[in-house]
Amino acid sequence: MKILVCISHVPDTTSKINFTDDKKSFVTQGIQYIINPSDEIALARALELTEKDGGTVTVINVGDNSTEATIRKALAIGATDAVRVNAAPRDAFFVAKQIAEYAGKNSFDMILCGRESIDYNGSQVPSMVAEMLSLPAVNSVKSLNVEGSTATLDREIEGGKEVVTCPLPCVVSATEGMAEPRIPNMRGIMSARTKPLTVIEPVTAENMQQIVSYDKPQPRTQVKLIDAANVAALVDALHNEAKVI
Amino acid sequence: MNILTYIETADGKLKKSALEILSYGAAIASQTGGQLTAIAIGDVQADELAKAGRYGAAKILHANDDKLKQYVGQAYATVVAEAAKNVQADVVVLSNSFSGKGMAPRIAVKLNAAMADGAVALPDTGNGFKVRKTAFSGKAFADVELTSKTKIVTLVPNSYKAVEQAAAGAVETFSPQINDGDFAVKVKEVVKASDKISLPEAEIVVSGGRGLKGPENWGMIEELASLLGAATACSKPVSDTNWRPHSEHVGQTGLAISPNLYIAIGISGAIQHLAGVSSSKTIVVINKDPEAPFFKAADYGIIGDAFEVVPKLIEEVKKFKAANS
Ligand SMILES: Cc1cc2nc3c(=O)[nH]c(=O)nc-3n(C[C@H](O)[C@H](O)[C@H](O)COP(=O)(O)OP(=O)(O)OC[C@H]3O[C@@H](n4cnc5c(N)ncnc54)[C@H](O)[C@@H]3O)c2cc1C
Ligand SMILES: Nc1ncnc2c1ncn2[C@@H]1O[C@H](COP(=O)(O)O)[C@@H](O)[C@H]1O
Repeated sequence: MKILVCISHVPDTTSKINFTDDKKSFVTQGIQYIINPSDEIALARALELTEKDGGTVTVINVGDNSTEATIRKALAIGATDAVRVNAAPRDAFFVAKQIAEYAGKNSFDMILCGRESIDYNGSQVPSMVAEMLSLPAVNSVKSLNVEGSTATLDREIEGGKEVVTCPLPCVVSATEGMAEPRIPNMRGIMSARTKPLTVIEPVTAENMQQIVSYDKPQPRTQVKLIDAANVAALVDALHNEAKVI
Repeated sequence: MNILTYIETADGKLKKSALEILSYGAAIASQTGGQLTAIAIGDVQADELAKAGRYGAAKILHANDDKLKQYVGQAYATVVAEAAKNVQADVVVLSNSFSGKGMAPRIAVKLNAAMADGAVALPDTGNGFKVRKTAFSGKAFADVELTSKTKIVTLVPNSYKAVEQAAAGAVETFSPQINDGDFAVKVKEVVKASDKISLPEAEIVVSGGRGLKGPENWGMIEELASLLGAATACSKPVSDTNWRPHSEHVGQTGLAISPNLYIAIGISGAIQHLAGVSSSKTIVVINKDPEAPFFKAADYGIIGDAFEVVPKLIEEVKKFKAANS
């Protein structure tokens, strides 16, 4: 099987998020970058599937050269080769167009993405790629198995799951449960240095949106502590003060 | 602006989030002098279709082809895109639910429309079209300007209040073109705890962490939740160790929720957990460690042992309910 895994390069989950004074941009100083958590899950499952049945795993990232360490990490974890589309990701449509362009020319059996990127949280890229390539897609997938040319998947729904089948090729977005993320070992790290990382130039895409400004949520006022011996006071406060029960 | 909302249903009834997006769509329509159309797909009860009119839809389209009984994102997206063209919608609004998130990006590509996911407030239509959406998993908001002719917005459940009005809308059958190619995904089985309140839509959420020691102690969490009409949730390590299902995991890498009331029991309040729950309107923290970081992000706190405090809270809620029913 030939699998394409889309990885985005995002601030570490422990990052404190800050913006410039004009609120226009995100302060990247002091931020550690990682492979987006659900993309790590997708990558791990892609490796399991190809280890079992043979095949290759190509990772793709749309990003400027600051993402190369993140891409090398994916190679160290076990991807066969990598592609970087040399452009800062402007919006989901732009990113999807780059991935669809590359995938369209290099017939993959499956395009695996993460459920959402933890920076812009769009959950947009996977379905956009699918639509651009006229492929079926299954999102928020907790379990993925492939038999011949059919995938069987558990998709997350409100309060449960749905079991679906889908013919290959298809686009799948991964969430918790699909696989355990892998940590690169020494041999992986050594071999990642010599694995192919191809840089390609972006195709043009229409610009239909821009971020006007960022804001942080209002901090909460000081917590009101209630004595553990007087739980009734909490119920009273929730009813009469907060008015939520 | 003409607005089209895709209204989700469950067992033939409109979901709570459907009423919210109807009210939201109606507000944009009246703000900009346009009309709201709603589209429902699959089996929906007639009185539920009529109900959409009372939440602001001037027209309710119902696509009820036999093939459309079960959700298939690709096919549903085709139907909604066709309806949008039909009513010349300027804005298409969907819920930021699992289904909505699957369809909206496809509709955006079909209509060459920009998309704002996870909107939390009405757009500013004074000069252009700006939408406030969540970013960095609840750690921030972004105001995004959409400049395309058609725009797609997905609305976070619980972020806009549904309001019923004294109005009615006309229900019409909508017969879209059906493409067999759109039905590649086949649903085999739906596994659902149907008596449970859906976590993303819940107004009250009772959540437990590693402080509860083991899955056998969730009885009191479920009891408190059922007394309050709440959904249950948990921290990541709790679902990682299979004490609770993954679908209950909230936080940066789980679900992001914004209920009116979030009660966190035995959860330390790590930054990744807070990211997914910090937009809750009121937060209550019960933790035996006075230094737990969650107290800094809470409105009310009880420092104490959950195994003592929660049973007392259950008793007090029972008393409260008896006095207020
Ligand atoms: C990449 C990444 C992503 C992550 N994403 C998420 C996420 O999405 N969601 C998430 O929740 N976490 C996430 N985490 C994990 C997060 O960092 C914390 O480890 C986790 O939230 C801690 O869970 P907890 O509070 O249940 O457990 P703990 O940190 O172990 O806290 C247990 C708490 O219970 C209290 N306690 C113990 N006994 C009692 C008692 N008898 N009565 C009352 N209180 C008691 C303790 O004082 C303590 O504060 C992520 C971590 C990483 C690295
Ligand atoms: N810049 C990017 N490069 C490659 N893949 C991406 C990029 N951005 C997003 N993706 C993929 O699309 C998924 C969903 O991202 P998003 O739509 O941004 O929430 C991610 O989990 C990745 O798999």
